[in-house]
Amino acid sequence: MWDYVKLIALGMVALCSAIIANYARDFGYELHAILVTGVAAVVFIWQLRQMEQPKPVPTNEYMDGVIRAGVIATAFWGVVGFLAGVFIASQLAFPALNFQWAEGYMNFGRLRPLHTSAVIFAFGGNALIATSFYVVQRTSAVRLWGGNAAWFVFWGYNLFIVLAASGYVLGITQAKEYAEPEWYMDLWLTIVWLVYLAVFLGTILRRKEPHIYVANWFYLSFIVTIAMLHVFNNLSLPVSIFGSKSVQVFSGVQDAMVQWWYGHNAVGFFLTAGFLGMMYYFVPKQAERPVYSYKLSIIHFWALIFLYIWAGPHHLHYTALPDWASTLGMVFSIMLWMPSWGGMINGLMTLSGAWDKLRTDPIMRMMVVSVGFYGMSTFEGPMMSIKTVNSLSHYTDWTIGHVHSGALGWNGMITFGALYFLTPRLWNRERLYSSRLVSWHFWLATIGIVLYAASMWVSGIMEGLMWREVDAQGYLVNSFADTVVARHPMLLARAIGGGMYLTGALIMVYNLWKTVTSAPERAPDTAAVPAE
Amino acid sequence: MEQFETMQQFALSWALVFLTAVFVAAVVWAFWPGNRKAQDEAAKSIFRNEDRPARDGSTFKEAWK
Repeated sequence: MWDYVKLIALGMVALCSAIIANYARDFGYELHAILVTGVAAVVFIWQLRQMEQPKPVPTNEYMDGVIRAGVIATAFWGVVGFLAGVFIASQLAFPALNFQWAEGYMNFGRLRPLHTSAVIFAFGGNALIATSFYVVQRTSAVRLWGGNAAWFVFWGYNLFIVLAASGYVLGITQAKEYAEPEWYMDLWLTIVWLVYLAVFLGTILRRKEPHIYVANWFYLSFIVTIAMLHVFNNLSLPVSIFGSKSVQVFSGVQDAMVQWWYGHNAVGFFLTAGFLGMMYYFVPKQAERPVYSYKLSIIHFWALIFLYIWAGPHHLHYTALPDWASTLGMVFSIMLWMPSWGGMINGLMTLSGAWDKLRTDPIMRMMVVSVGFYGMSTFEGPMMSIKTVNSLSHYTDWTIGHVHSGALGWNGMITFGALYFLTPRLWNRERLYSSRLVSWHFWLATIGIVLYAASMWVSGIMEGLMWREVDAQGYLVNSFADTVVARHPMLLARAIGGGMYLTGALIMVYNLWKTVTSAPERAPDTAAVPAE
Repeated sequence: MEQFETMQQFALSWALVFLTAVFVAAVVWAFWPGNRKAQDEAAKSIFRNEDRPARDGSTFKEAWK
């Protein structure tokens, strides 16, 4: 019965999107409609071949296939996102790379959202979905709830990414930072996300452990909050159902405030809470000892949840936003320093008594550096949210440096650590193909980040000082173009740092590939398994 | 405008008290001496059930002891 409902729904989607493709008002929308028609048709045929087949559900094993797919997608999108980043960094250093022949498709303005979405949502999002499915099963001691719903989440989310990324290149954007996808992609993501929530929550509700492990609290808060942020920030009316363009419901400063309420909490709940879920599982697992203080992890969680949601207005200092609102954002940002460092201490101190692992285990080293960067960027962030500091740092490269010390250092490194942890386990290998290559990845990535962050500090502070410099008569000394010229060496150093980071990621992909194909298989479990 | 002021008054008074109270309750709960055992148990839960799900009704009861 349920199979027939799915079949009818898929047929309807294919038919409707084919009709929409026929009437489409812009090329990108037409292309997307054709793509959706194709996907729906393929899934329709797949579904048809599955009809009335018995589907045994093994309850005595975890659902790891979807996690394996997630690991592959994470590594793939990571390389795509880093490559896009290195390319646009090179475009900033050498504007000639905005090729004439690719004007309107591959210039900086089109590729920049491609880069940010690829690294945050494609790389980070796939990592979060895959690890959350891994962690929630192991800590709840049950198989994922919902059967193939987890596969729907994986494919649905990646379809969203393909639509978003191809849309950017073709000029489909609602011009909201980190929320560029237009209305129809937003609706699709909402459906996928609610299924994700159902799968995650369903698994927790059926758990066989009495307590919900702290990592799951962080993952759950990430899923719930992103759903809320996504819906409110994307409230818009499409001009026509046959076109990609939509109009925002909010306008003016309200729109700006909703945008940065969304934007900062995308940082707070996507890039922080979700990844803290990773930290609270993978760091103790890799260190082979429980988290330093479970009490501290509870306080870390609640303090982070209560404070983060208010910090958004610090993106709008000295704008049309009322003064009290931006002060509120600043105060909450500064308060956030405490729970952030509490969490960092909790992660680092998990190693107490096992510090020697730093010498022998390059994966542990990666995770520790990641937590270190978490601490560093959560110190830098509150500092930059102070109005007087912000008046110097805002709109300069300092902001970009700050974001990347968080994204490359914290998010990237913890994800690499998790990928190195997961791959041998998911593909039943005894160990990674090569520890030496992990070390190479570690050093390339770390030195790359240092080059990146340091050059952006220099460039940002220089820009800020040049922009505000006035002569004795009160006239501005520098034109904008002067700062562009002065930045060139730093932009070059940044591109080199990014290139090193990309090289490290390529080494990782090679290492993971060889782990799956040629590392020795894990010896069969000799421990007695009780009969079911 | 009237509606805005009512909302603002509510946010400044009861909502603030409520949120602060929930947060304080969470901290007290974290430090409550009786919860220590369950917390230690939870911290160690990641080292169980690595390869396959728990059998029906096994881990749940053990963990409460």
